[in-house]
Amino acid sequence: MSEVAGKELRIVGFLCNWCSYGGADTAGVGRFKQPTDLRIIRVPCSGRVDPMFVVRALITGADGVLVSGCHPRDCHYSDGNFYARRRLEMLKRLLPFLGIDDKRFHYTWVSASEGARWQQVVTDFTTRLHALGPMHKK
Amino acid sequence: MRVGVFICHCGSNIAGTVDVAKVAEEARKMPGVAYATAYMYTCSEPGQKEITDAIERDKLDRIVVAACSPRMHENTFRRTIMKAGLNRYFFEQANIREHVSWIGLDKELNTNKAIEEVRMAVEKVKKNKPLFSSSFKINKRVLVIGGGVAGMQAALDCADGGLEVVMVEKSPSIGGMMARLDKTFPTVDCSICILGPKMVDVAQHDLIKLYAYSEIAEIKGYVGNYTVKIKKKPSYVDWTKCTGCGLCMEKCPTKNAYDHFNFGAAPTRAINIPFPQAIPKKATIDPNYCRQFVKGKCGVCAKVCPTGAINYEMQEEFITEEVGAIITATGYGLMDIERLTEYGGGRYPDVITGIQYERFLNASGPTSGHIIRPSDHEEPKTIVFVACAGSRDKSLGVPYCSNFCCMYIAKQAILTKDHIPDSQSYVFYMDVRSPGKGYDEFTRRAQEEYGAKYIRGRVSRIYPKGKKMVVRGADTLLGTQVEIEADLVVLGTAVVSAPGAAQMAEKLHISYDTFGFYVESHPKLRPVETNTSGVYLAGACQGPKDIPASVGQGSAAAAKVLSLFSKDMLESDPAIANVNINTCVGCFKCLKTCPFQAIVEDTLRSGKKVAKVIETVCAGCGVCTSTCPCGAIQLQHFTDNQLLAEVNVLCQK
Repeated sequence: MSEVAGKELRIVGFLCNWCSYGGADTAGVGRFKQPTDLRIIRVPCSGRVDPMFVVRALITGADGVLVSGCHPRDCHYSDGNFYARRRLEMLKRLLPFLGIDDKRFHYTWVSASEGARWQQVVTDFTTRLHALGPMHKK
Repeated sequence: MRVGVFICHCGSNIAGTVDVAKVAEEARKMPGVAYATAYMYTCSEPGQKEITDAIERDKLDRIVVAACSPRMHENTFRRTIMKAGLNRYFFEQANIREHVSWIGLDKELNTNKAIEEVRMAVEKVKKNKPLFSSSFKINKRVLVIGGGVAGMQAALDCADGGLEVVMVEKSPSIGGMMARLDKTFPTVDCSICILGPKMVDVAQHDLIKLYAYSEIAEIKGYVGNYTVKIKKKPSYVDWTKCTGCGLCMEKCPTKNAYDHFNFGAAPTRAINIPFPQAIPKKATIDPNYCRQFVKGKCGVCAKVCPTGAINYEMQEEFITEEVGAIITATGYGLMDIERLTEYGGGRYPDVITGIQYERFLNASGPTSGHIIRPSDHEEPKTIVFVACAGSRDKSLGVPYCSNFCCMYIAKQAILTKDHIPDSQSYVFYMDVRSPGKGYDEFTRRAQEEYGAKYIRGRVSRIYPKGKKMVVRGADTLLGTQVEIEADLVVLGTAVVSAPGAAQMAEKLHISYDTFGFYVESHPKLRPVETNTSGVYLAGACQGPKDIPASVGQGSAAAAKVLSLFSKDMLESDPAIANVNINTCVGCFKCLKTCPFQAIVEDTLRSGKKVAKVIETVCAGCGVCTSTCPCGAIQLQHFTDNQLLAEVNVLCQK
């Protein structure tokens, strides 16, 4: 990966197709400006996100990983995001045992209509990571 | 493998902040890419031809388009490559507009990000497999939730088109908000006179099955095959026997029951028929007020009922219906007047809501069409209307315009003058919003012909002074304070989502916005579809809407259902889970986590037990794939290998 050195970090986002990916689209349509560090991988449901994807990303080179799905109780697949919530909360607590600062991982819920909220989520997470600095020595 | 990459300028939408030529140049260097180019509008006909030509000329077998969101044009390009003979799943779309060019200002960073997005898409598409749809039968019955004007229009259009319709209405009668209105703007037509015939049509249509006083308990299934559990609430009156004579209502000794139909404008009896034109015209007992329920003895209605229809022991009942599509027309609610504390909402009886005033105006309302002050039942002479009572007010969480208050306030001012010729109406407004056909002329008539005084400004406080209510506000055109001593104050309260809207959305698996209104597929081009296929929207459940817009949407939703049902079979989405029987160990964790019960146990000829996916039931969420301990069950098109290919290209040097 070739992030622009000194300006960007590597942030990987897993977004569910129905809510958060749509929310990121809504943010785009509304021209809600955001930092450019994040790279988005589209998944059907946050429940599709295997915690190992997150770990793989963090170990192999990402400075941070963001997962976002539909709001609890409003999942397109009825309760996929509940599975996501359990798994990702477990993962968050496990990360320090792998020597990874759990602040580098964040999961949240953004609906397709919440463009402004998406802007906030991306901005906050990116700012947080920039404060932590890069995770991997160059 | 020969991947073709097409970078779209999208006019200046992308090319304005992304160096598309450079993205194409970098794409050419990516492993597996045989051809890359940038084009002005890839979605245009010549743009698509560019793709099909290149597939033939350069023998491309995978295509990546870097353009807008795949939620916008994925299907367009899938069809394009199909025309050129490729399987439609040999396609990936990199979103370099919504996720790149529109949100970042720095061209260098944007260009770099766009290259990365393309790189991810290329890696993903190289792992894509051809997938093929299978087809399944659809149940050509439709469920309409809500019996207001939008729901009725949708039901009638569907039924006239030959579809069986199941209509579920939560209150004892269909008719919704429109049945409560006295007149409609801008024609001052009698509301129930134009709605009544439609209600009768619904009741008499052979293909419409009406469940009044019922709610949706549970919805299961998918487009084409839904199973709906309907809860019939106990009315404590056997509706097969009730003739709607109204004797029970006349004799009922409980005279202080809350009147839901009149929005509490006046009390009603504990057993009642909401209004004379009600459909079905049947009585319902409110157990919160009925003495038989509250005190344990009374039984007056049971004694007087000539058909013996009263049944205090009635229980709720559950019915299951099978349908293929759902039209949601659950309408709207009104802001609780008590939240408007500076207007004395709920504290002063002479400060009422627009809908309550409408009931006073209505000949079938609690006062038989005579305008009264609720405090002393006298005829008011000075009436103040307050528009935007709660609407366009961020502090109350309602930043939006409620759409039709300006218009009904003008109508009510006109009707007030008709009812009480020596009355004077004042209207406090922020802006008069009257963009419909004949609407602006109508608000002018209210002022010029009926002498309503319009004051541009907000009301700061309403307080009592003797028998009067003092309305204090600003006149921003004159730049002064105004105080009006009114006999009656009518608040144009904000339109909010219907009570329970969020819970209903959760049952339907559709999205709702921060305010509880349902989210359509596309705000401009797919206004009645939702992101859940087979579920459509009509009327104010999607946002505040007046009658013509609601009726239009009702018909639009019906047209969508009719076109969906014009086929006998639907094509399934092939991006579903698939089990590798060689690696499946038969732990059946997937079976437990599947939200759709789409996985069953299967025994192979060898006797080995493995998981099996029911193709038509699988919705493609992939929860099973991230559950499986051995990677044996894989969601097609989003397999571990495909997603990890994207992760790897991002994270590995």
